[in-house]
Amino acid sequence: MMNRFIHILLTFILLCFTGIAYAATDLHEEEAKELNVRELILDHVGDAYDWHITSFGDKHISIPLPVIVKGHESGWHVFSSSKFHHGHDSYNGFAIAQEGPYKGKIVETLSTGEEVRPWDFSLTKNATSLILSSLVLVSLLLMCANWYKKREGKPEEASPKDFIAFVEMVIMSIVDGVIKPCIGKNYKRYTPYLLTVFFFIILNNLLGLIPIFPGGANVTGNIAMTAVLAIFTFIIVNVFGTKEYWREIFWPDVPTWLKIPIPIMPAIELVGVFTKPFALMIRLFANILAGHAIVLGLTCMIFLTVSLGVAMNTGMSILSIIMSVFINFVELLVAYIQAYVFTMLSAVFIGLSQVEPHHAKH
Amino acid sequence: MSLLTPDPGLLFWMLVSFGIVFFVLAKFGFPIIVKMVDERKAYIDQSLESAKQANERLKGIQQEGERILSTTREEQARILKEANEMRARIINEAKDQAHIEAGKILEEANKTIQKEKEIAMRDVHNQIAMLSLDIAEKVLRKNLNNKTAQLELVDRLIDEAQKN
Repeated sequence: MMNRFIHILLTFILLCFTGIAYAATDLHEEEAKELNVRELILDHVGDAYDWHITSFGDKHISIPLPVIVKGHESGWHVFSSSKFHHGHDSYNGFAIAQEGPYKGKIVETLSTGEEVRPWDFSLTKNATSLILSSLVLVSLLLMCANWYKKREGKPEEASPKDFIAFVEMVIMSIVDGVIKPCIGKNYKRYTPYLLTVFFFIILNNLLGLIPIFPGGANVTGNIAMTAVLAIFTFIIVNVFGTKEYWREIFWPDVPTWLKIPIPIMPAIELVGVFTKPFALMIRLFANILAGHAIVLGLTCMIFLTVSLGVAMNTGMSILSIIMSVFINFVELLVAYIQAYVFTMLSAVFIGLSQVEPHHAKH
Repeated sequence: MSLLTPDPGLLFWMLVSFGIVFFVLAKFGFPIIVKMVDERKAYIDQSLESAKQANERLKGIQQEGERILSTTREEQARILKEANEMRARIINEAKDQAHIEAGKILEEANKTIQKEKEIAMRDVHNQIAMLSLDIAEKVLRKNLNNKTAQLELVDRLIDEAQKN
């Protein structure tokens, strides 16, 4: 099974190479045009209404995804994103904006000619990837849980092998290495949440590293995703916070003049309550986004140097590929580290909200 | 910039997906895994503890065994020594007894021999007497064939008797 795991890992890395190659073919066609690196990178790390695989000339190969919108005038609509013909056409008054503040999003053209954003619940590339990875995650972990459930009450038989042992090792390393030391005695209550967060983030990070379907979506590098994760942590921290935690926010142990008449310290503490999850959100989002941007940027280097002559272009291409491989390895590490850091910081914040009154007060 | 503004649709899908994943895993996934791992850990700890105890007990048993063995050896040596002593004593006693018995037997044998000898001697005496008488008779018979000789003898016997 370990062999198989290595096998999967190698396949995965190979896929990364093919991804670069794909991106290369993708870009060759646009050689004639001026290559806008900024546009290209933002386009790739952003969301989309279809799952683009590759393009040959003007022929785009992509997986159409369902669009679910509620227009301000026309109500609910559910249709395939292929109706837009890659953004060139409009359908039922909806179109993908090519310019303006809603660039790349679906806009509704009202009867007045004004363009507004409808309620957009489309299963975009990110949303689809999210649902797919959620299904994978749930089925994998329930499979593991089922294995243990079968052996309930028979601890002498519950020593797994292969994949389940690997999952167990990861789970227990998080429980024993992060959750227990960061939260303290009440840690059992929060393990399911923190483990879910860890596995959710790492799976989406890894899927994001695979350049083609079913990976390639920038799920954890999207601020909406990290925002929801941060909100969950925020809620758990503050809902289960102890009395002492709230006392330390509104009446911290500082000289009284810092609290009355102007509540300087309480204000700072209160800001801290919100900056903590905010930091969580930004950290994960920025790290993953940056990783994707670097890989794309390095790939673009090949096409930017075409005009500099064959020798230069070849040299830069080789350099680009070497760097991309290196960055992909780094990203593998980052995928783990960011999931770990998010889990650890969440655990630390939860641990901080579990404070007990200090008895040794002077 | 659109990268920094969370899209409501994505927020919604993320909330739903993550919420469901969290609910399912928190209810059916992680608790059972963690619980079973803890149980297994407890079981292993307990097994190790009982193995340790068993080892200690085994050590105790071994020591006990060695102790019993050594006392048994001592006992054996003692018994052997005693048996040796007893054997020697019995042999000595038997020897003494035999000496005494032999002495008695010899004495009795001697006595018997003495007695037999006496009887034999007496017998021989009797035989000799008888033989003498026979011879004397025969001699007398031959010498007293005539009257004179008979008278002579009577005279001599009377003489002798008178002398006495």
